Amino acid sequence: MGPKDNSSRMDAEIDKNLKRAFDDVAGQELPSRFTDLLDQLRAQEAEAPDTETKDE
Amino acid sequence: MSDDPREEIVTHLGPMRAFAISLTRNGALADDIVQDALVKAWTNIDKFQPGTNMRAWLFTILRNTYYSHHRKRRREVEDTEGELSAGLAQKPDHDGRLQMRDFSAAFGTLPEEQREALVLVGAGGFSYEEAAETCGVAVGTIKSRVNRGRARLVELLEMSDTEPMEVTEAVTQGIVTLNQSVA
Repeated sequence: MGPKDNSSRMDAEIDKNLKRAFDDVAGQELPSRFTDLLDQLRAQEAEAPDTETKDE
Repeated sequence: MSDDPREEIVTHLGPMRAFAISLTRNGALADDIVQDALVKAWTNIDKFQPGTNMRAWLFTILRNTYYSHHRKRRREVEDTEGELSAGLAQKPDHDGRLQMRDFSAAFGTLPEEQREALVLVGAGGFSYEEAAETCGVAVGTIKSRVNRGRARLVELLEMSDTEPMEVTEAVTQGIVTLNQSVA
């Protein structure tokens, strides 16, 4: 009932909004630029398999 | 093959985009940053310590990418969005409040460091400690950024006990989606 309760309730409201907006974007399908890039990165790996841990 | 930790990166790309957009407020720029960060993480996977929090590691890379290479561009982009900025910079009314109803618009007026602290802790599920490490600051600094950010939002949105903020679809239209159309 005190002001503290109110402020924690408002914090929760804010977090709810933040979370919803964040999850909105996070859950979107990946644009093709990323899926294409991933394909490319994986393909590079296949071509040059011995890019082992070289120092620096 | 499925043990390759790089394949785990893929599962974090969605949250990385959300974090990037909340930092930049610009969809196109955000995706450029995510792309750079993805390449960096992929090619530096040997620097990732298995068993530690990969999302925190990726967000750190993302954040460094933004601050070291892209931040300037965001400023330029913002400047060309004069109208939008003007719309946000409304005159405070007599009691100094902005009468801001739109969560997204209110969020956009917060300083960068408060936005990222709020998003990491409030939305991204980061502990204060993880957020502090990701941002390279002390835990107390993160706490105070989160608190100041929340307090400012409450003020801007005129949230009060008499008039609780309504969590409607319109209000939650997205901290993050606002500027995508501008991009």
